[in-house]
Amino acid sequence: MRKLPNNLVTSNQDKALPMHESATKHVTGQAIYIDDVPEWPNELHVATGKSTEAFADIVSINLDKVMSYPGVVDVILQADIPGDPDVSPVLSGDMLLAGDFVHYIGQPIFAVAATSLRAAKQAVELAEITYQTNAATLHPKDALARQEFVLPTHTIQCGDAQAAMAKADYQLESDLYIKGQEHFYLEGQISVAIPNEDGGVQVLASSQHPAEVQKLVARVLDLPVAQVLVETRRMGGGFGGKESQAATLGCMAAVLAVRNHCPVKYRMPRQDDMVQTGKRHDFWNSYQVGFTQQGEIVAAQYDMVGKCGCTADLSDGVVDRAMFHADNAYFLANARISGYRGKTHTVSNTAFRGFGGPKGVLLAENIIEEIACKVGKDALDIRKLNCYQEGKDTTPYGQKIEEDVLLALIEQLENTSDYRARREAINDFNQHSPFLKKGLALTPVKFGISFTSKHLNQGGALVHVYTDGSVHVSHGGTEMGQGLYTKVAQIVAKAFGIDYQRVNVGSTRTDKVPNASPTAASAGTDLNGMAALDAANTIKERLREFAVEHFAIVAEAFAIEDDVVTLGSDSMGFPEFIKLAYMNRVSLSSTGFYKTPKIGYDRKAAKGRPFLYFANGASVSEVIVDTLTGEYKVTQVDILQDVGDSINSHIDIGQIEGAFVQGMGWLTSEELSWDDKGRITTNSPANYKIPTSADVPEKLTVKLFDRANGEETVYRSKAVGEPPLMLGISVWCALKDACASVCDHELSPPLAAPATPEAVYYAIQAAQAFKAQSLVGKEVQEASV
Amino acid sequence: MKFILNDKIVEETSLPSDFTALRYLREKRGLTGTKEGCASGDCGACTLLVGALEEGELTYTTLNACITPLQSLAGKHLVSVEHLASLDEGLHPAQQAMVDAHGSQCGFCTPGFVLSLASLYENAANTGAEVDRESVCDAISGNLCRCTGYRPIIEAGLAMADRTSHLLSQKTWIKSQLAEIENSMAGAQYVRPETLAQLHQAKQRHPDAEFIAGGTDLMLENTQRYRDFDVLIDLTRVAEMKQIIEQEGDLVIGAGVTYSELEDYSQTAYPHLYQLLSRIASRQIRNRGTLGGNVANGSPIADMPPILLAFDADIRLDKIDGSSREINIQDFYLGYKQTALAADECIVSFRIRLAKLASFHRFYKVSKRMEDDISSVLLASRFDVKDGQIGAVRLAFGGMAATPIRALATEACLTQMAISDEQALEVALQTLRGELTPMSDMRASAKYRIDMACNLIRKAWLELNGMTVPTFSGHPVPSAWLELGQDVGKQEASNHA
Repeated sequence: MRKLPNNLVTSNQDKALPMHESATKHVTGQAIYIDDVPEWPNELHVATGKSTEAFADIVSINLDKVMSYPGVVDVILQADIPGDPDVSPVLSGDMLLAGDFVHYIGQPIFAVAATSLRAAKQAVELAEITYQTNAATLHPKDALARQEFVLPTHTIQCGDAQAAMAKADYQLESDLYIKGQEHFYLEGQISVAIPNEDGGVQVLASSQHPAEVQKLVARVLDLPVAQVLVETRRMGGGFGGKESQAATLGCMAAVLAVRNHCPVKYRMPRQDDMVQTGKRHDFWNSYQVGFTQQGEIVAAQYDMVGKCGCTADLSDGVVDRAMFHADNAYFLANARISGYRGKTHTVSNTAFRGFGGPKGVLLAENIIEEIACKVGKDALDIRKLNCYQEGKDTTPYGQKIEEDVLLALIEQLENTSDYRARREAINDFNQHSPFLKKGLALTPVKFGISFTSKHLNQGGALVHVYTDGSVHVSHGGTEMGQGLYTKVAQIVAKAFGIDYQRVNVGSTRTDKVPNASPTAASAGTDLNGMAALDAANTIKERLREFAVEHFAIVAEAFAIEDDVVTLGSDSMGFPEFIKLAYMNRVSLSSTGFYKTPKIGYDRKAAKGRPFLYFANGASVSEVIVDTLTGEYKVTQVDILQDVGDSINSHIDIGQIEGAFVQGMGWLTSEELSWDDKGRITTNSPANYKIPTSADVPEKLTVKLFDRANGEETVYRSKAVGEPPLMLGISVWCALKDACASVCDHELSPPLAAPATPEAVYYAIQAAQAFKAQSLVGKEVQEASV
Repeated sequence: MKFILNDKIVEETSLPSDFTALRYLREKRGLTGTKEGCASGDCGACTLLVGALEEGELTYTTLNACITPLQSLAGKHLVSVEHLASLDEGLHPAQQAMVDAHGSQCGFCTPGFVLSLASLYENAANTGAEVDRESVCDAISGNLCRCTGYRPIIEAGLAMADRTSHLLSQKTWIKSQLAEIENSMAGAQYVRPETLAQLHQAKQRHPDAEFIAGGTDLMLENTQRYRDFDVLIDLTRVAEMKQIIEQEGDLVIGAGVTYSELEDYSQTAYPHLYQLLSRIASRQIRNRGTLGGNVANGSPIADMPPILLAFDADIRLDKIDGSSREINIQDFYLGYKQTALAADECIVSFRIRLAKLASFHRFYKVSKRMEDDISSVLLASRFDVKDGQIGAVRLAFGGMAATPIRALATEACLTQMAISDEQALEVALQTLRGELTPMSDMRASAKYRIDMACNLIRKAWLELNGMTVPTFSGHPVPSAWLELGQDVGKQEASNHA
């Protein structure tokens, strides 16, 4: 590993760390979310009329009863949108309101503005719409068979997978259907638009990407972007669900606000949110792997089909990232990985924490479990054998793994979690326990950090220092609970050498920092923290120049630390010094900018360096399963996560635990369900079950892997938002392990994802059937001897 | 109607009957700390603390403001998150503990968690009860958090300092005020009879009015389907419907008894019932939901009807003319969401022979999530045993048909058989596969449902034969099950029969 420049190696671990900047406001109910902003007396509320067909041409629409319903003020169709009705984030096809045809159940066809949300919701039910229906495609497998894609297929290759497969000791061929996930942010999608005096509009958005809301609002209104101001103070959770799809709400509210010259609020009730907004993609993965008798993978051929829904949305990046993570932590010398963007007549799926990555990682870990049973070894040995290490350090897409963290991290966790002794105890337990079986799994995660769309890897910030020494920071990132504002304030305070309390991070506004990237890809702190640091350093440099001249000292004699400005042999307080600088006409405001270095991916060659670095982690999960019902409990979890030099360990641990539980939920109790017409049947928290406190094991430990980032990131920290979500995969693997114990690990039975009690029950049944068959086989053999 | 909102007595005279407490706080009072997360009582972001006098004592419980009509809270003390902290005394212990433990991230669910923890804190301070992990998880069982993974919230619950909160310091004032307004009447459109006679009159006056008890199901019509209710008749103050009494060999449970009240009653006497009750909905819902409501709404996936079927409960139905009849629960369910309850009738109480409660019984619930989930399959079983032989058998299911249902043919296979007759069990299970034809939906497939129905009967049978068969609940796994050498599945020394 390269040596780190000393001035960048820092650790905040010893100092008292700030709480989340809004913690006290959260617990007292003072934190303001958009629905809490006082309403105007003339404010209108939006509801949409939804398609009841998955794929159909609209024959007729009669809205007479809707328009005459008490409280209804305005009703609009696509033709009433003054600008472009297409609100796609990147490509095209996402219509604010459907035009001649619909392509998913729940698609908005018309919108109502009424004096109350209740009146609007009651009114939309009165529409009379007739359709000419077409045959819908609902499953990604069908999309593949019919070659219906929202975007072209992409393939990554290294070595010669086919040749290596033919020569392998063993081959394994199967498929794994991985279901998606509902975001279930506690604050549903919402936006308020307020027309301004210039024909423009101000939009309050619960969005991870205010700049895109701004751009799209301008587009639907046919206005210059500069006429639109978007502000996001905080979201009540985002998780990717408010990256692209929050824009629809801002656009709809803006169109109705400008038409009616009044503020308009569009808040989706939970059921609308669960029906009308996209989710994590389902993936249908079919795989063929070749491996040695020792369990070393020598060939891999993967076909990964994402269920993108009816439009592209962000699916290109999602499927790419699934492909980039199909290796997870394991070296593949010969691989072909193809990613298909399946088009289905369902709501357009979107970003969700991990952005496709989890689908690749789960595929890889599923394969490891199956190889381990085939060669009769502990899955951890197969993991370590295949793990990226010296001489086996290049990914299928050609990026070299420069840090040797993975194996060290796995081995550290193996020891601290007492993996081997627990494995033996579990084997003993399982032999003696007729109904309950335990399972154990240690799974690693290697997650690439950077947007795979190169241009998004930029951050902007604006820092002001006021004459009393207080500091205001604006940046392009948004706060959705992840503590970005807190971290950026810490970074700026540290850069200036001042107390954290002096720094105020304001809400995210498109007139403060323009053209900002979404707060996504775990890159919030990396990009915005660096940009804020750049701005702070610019101001600090001006202060230094001023001090050198004013006090006739050398540059090295100037320093600010703990709120005290050192000026050679003299010193003064920071506010006093700032006042002096102001009186001497020093500019105390600066923008800051950052672009991620080194990255680039050549799509044509399918080679390059899409990621600046990798964030790594591993977790050990232990479960206990009731073989009579498939019900289970997670009894112990130990996590070790590589966050580089942590900027705020409390916040990082909060991200790790929260992501782990969200990942566990995805693979256990959270099951999306659709009927054969294409209607989502899990449309409420009554039938879509995210984890509760009782699902979290009492024994849950999180430790941070103690090593600075090898790349020059902000204070050598590493991204933490998404990577630990995939630690939840250890729960799924532990369940699979428990099922395999039923047939003495001679087979790792297929397990559905999510592993609901039903799924676990039938995996156990498969294991029991396998065991019964092999016993019969043995008897036959013995009889014939 | 009068009630105390935080620290003030409030009088409201013109609210619609179905106006929810959540809308009232947010739209009429500007108290936006209480959040709408789902408007269906499933997420807890709108959790409120409600104080009431119980036999002179001031106790606090939690409820979901999103599905609670404000007028059902006449005469009570509503505490919203804005009131927990005070200028003089700072944050409430639940709030301070949440801050210290980093218990909030996005913060949207946080006020609800804080109030659930505050309820636990206040009642524990009152009763001197210990706050442990299980009681914390119970208190927050109806609060969903999508950010933190709960660990810091549980930690906050365990760390709530035992200093006096300002809520308690106002106790005397609150008590005296509540005593005065306790019987505050709700508006004309929200009728709260206190006797059966008043109830009959109310329904005569408003024949189209819906009855509402906890409203945990009925109000979904209002918040999910946007149906307006004109007049509501609240059953929660009718004395005859609030009782649990044992008389003349019977246990009589009023239809207005809440799950929480039934939990208190059953905790020591009927541990299997107590354990099952902890699997029904969440703490907030159990504080509101009633036995009568669960039976009357006719749902095939309600959890109490199979239990009542297992004990051959008789249901007392009152007509508005004052007449009364009893119907066995076996005759109550007619079809999907259809019951024998006439439009001018309401359920008053359930009567169970105490002798039947003394029989061997086991209840099992299977669902995707342990806490606050709807059954895929629920079995309520009862076996009368004499001299090693099975007498009457009841095998009642939820989730297996269009109504809660007994598997009569399957029961017959086990009746008069020796309890250890495994052959009889296999015949019974084979019979069951022909007898019930459940459907597939988002909760479970038909195949899983029938497989579970069989395996749950098998579980009950094994336990009948003195085996201890583990059954997970929402609570932590008993440590004995986690240890090697545990006796799970082995014959117990004592025979339950």
